[in-house]
Amino acid sequence: MSTTTPKPMVSNRAALVLFLGYAVLVIFSFVYLYPFFIQLTTSFKTNADAVDNPLSLVADPFSTAAFNRLFDTDFPLWFFNSVLVTVFVTAGRVFLDSLAGYALARIKFRGRSAVFTAILAVMAVPGVILLIPKFLVLNYIGIYDTYPALILPLLVDAAGVFIMKQFFESIPVAVEEAARMDGAGPFRTFWSVVLPMSRPALITITILSFQGSWNELPHFIIAAQNPDLNTLTKGVATLTSGQLGSGSQYPITMAAALLMTIPVALMFFIFQKYLVRGGSAGSVKG
Amino acid sequence: MTVNRGDARVQARAGWLFVSPTLVILGLFLAVPVLMALWVSFTDWNGRGSPFQSGVGFVGADNYQELVGSEGGLTRSDFMTSMRNTFYFVILVVPLQTAFSLFLALVLNQRLLKAVGFFRTAFYFPSVVSSVAIGLVFLFLFSGGGVVNSMLEAVGIDGPTWFNDSRGLLHLAGDKVGLWSAADPPSALADGSFLGLSWWQWFSGPSVALSVIIGLVVWTTTGTFMLMFLAALQDLSVEVEEAARIDGANRWQVFRNVTLPHLRPTLLLVTTLGLIGTWQVFDQVYVMTQGGPGKTTLTPAFLSYFYAFENQKWGVAAAMAFVLFLIIFAMASFQRWVFRDRDEQELKRQTRRTNKLRGRALAEESR
Repeated sequence: MSTTTPKPMVSNRAALVLFLGYAVLVIFSFVYLYPFFIQLTTSFKTNADAVDNPLSLVADPFSTAAFNRLFDTDFPLWFFNSVLVTVFVTAGRVFLDSLAGYALARIKFRGRSAVFTAILAVMAVPGVILLIPKFLVLNYIGIYDTYPALILPLLVDAAGVFIMKQFFESIPVAVEEAARMDGAGPFRTFWSVVLPMSRPALITITILSFQGSWNELPHFIIAAQNPDLNTLTKGVATLTSGQLGSGSQYPITMAAALLMTIPVALMFFIFQKYLVRGGSAGSVKG
Repeated sequence: MTVNRGDARVQARAGWLFVSPTLVILGLFLAVPVLMALWVSFTDWNGRGSPFQSGVGFVGADNYQELVGSEGGLTRSDFMTSMRNTFYFVILVVPLQTAFSLFLALVLNQRLLKAVGFFRTAFYFPSVVSSVAIGLVFLFLFSGGGVVNSMLEAVGIDGPTWFNDSRGLLHLAGDKVGLWSAADPPSALADGSFLGLSWWQWFSGPSVALSVIIGLVVWTTTGTFMLMFLAALQDLSVEVEEAARIDGANRWQVFRNVTLPHLRPTLLLVTTLGLIGTWQVFDQVYVMTQGGPGKTTLTPAFLSYFYAFENQKWGVAAAMAFVLFLIIFAMASFQRWVFRDRDEQELKRQTRRTNKLRGRALAEESR
């Protein structure tokens, strides 16, 4: 390397380019963040204030009436259902995805590559065309309109298996061999030796599953019709079509949107780096 | 390490045991349903009882005929309307989301820039929020007296009632430049028809309502794709770009001859994911418009759902799903062909490389 690297000199031109860069980013940030600020402040407005001053980012008068009215609906039940489904789906995915991913990465068995190919093929099937098919099976096996119908079909995701397999292939095999020498069976090796080393990948899967099942809508639409089984996404979607959606009741829908965003937003800000990493490996919503 | 036969047997059993829950669930809720739906698409099943019972009639390709054949009537015109809407949706959303995400990634990738983390977070955030929550916010933003119209009013523009406006943008544009009158379409276009829609209907462009959904989807997906471009840009070593600059290439030449070729595999990935995603739009339509106004936001995915669950026309609805599947498959294949095999190999190499890197990074952190 040369020892006399010139000091980085910021020319006028470069400064201009940098300035333009910031200008672009600030404008885009406004476009990306303003709707969320509107959502936040409108949920604390009165109906009249929301209609008269839609642009204002100050609720005047400040009112929690929208939240009070929201809690008079089935919103708490929807929230409970969403938590229940998300907890089961996330736990199931973390365990089953890593179990299958480990087998595909490390255990030698006949048919392994065929299984892997099948899982890759499954990843390629567009989710939306499965709506009717999934209803048919849920109905046929008699679990339509039950909690299991909401949970079971989401319990495994092919993309998660894929991510875990990639991860397990990247960790050194020596530790496992030592465990096996000590007489540990495959499950014990997986559970006590490999999983504790896999925290980052497990967190990635946890976040993706949490986000995926919390935000899921189409599957819940076709898996049940009983309003008592509504999750947040499905229940809140009915707010727009029911009598609450008509006219000027925006504060209540904004309050609902706000409350259903908070858990995902918290997850996002706490575990951002894992999400950002997994985001490009997982699927993309349309 | 020697593997004896007993160990091999233990391994084989464990392997199958470990993958069996995954296989059972994917099989039961993916493979079996697809086969059942394929059967239903050839029957006149009405949703009552089992689709395999004796009363259910096998109707051959009738359901598919109803979608594209001349006897289709309302079903065909609905289906073709959804095809038209999605066509405009796809050709607008895919280029826009790709261009914006690439643009933002390039801006964020400048070395002297500070606060990259903040901007990246801001742009990615909509991608993690539920489409229902975002749909509700956009309903408010674009309501008649809502945020957007108030902004437009401030600069003296009388905004439309976005989600109730079924006027096509091409119709409006042609009207504006005096090509035709939107209220009185030229008979050359209005009289002739193709697959159940008049040429005038085919050339409507996206309706005002659909345009809002187009904007929404571009807005929510740009962040994810931006991250993909950013990751690829960070793979490109600064030295290469600088060497090109020293050799006398200007900014544009560096971008055109160094950066862009490097990004080709990512471009393929982003446009493929974009195509697959845009043909499947469902959530936004379900939450915001239910296909209206004037059917201008109907998409095949929503129409298929609606025909099955609301109209009880399960056979036709299942047929729609399979036609949609074929279209998505054909689109993705066509795109791979456009980018040709040498890029595909490069893409495979790169995915393998990034996956390896990603795995290694994860492994490093766990230590």
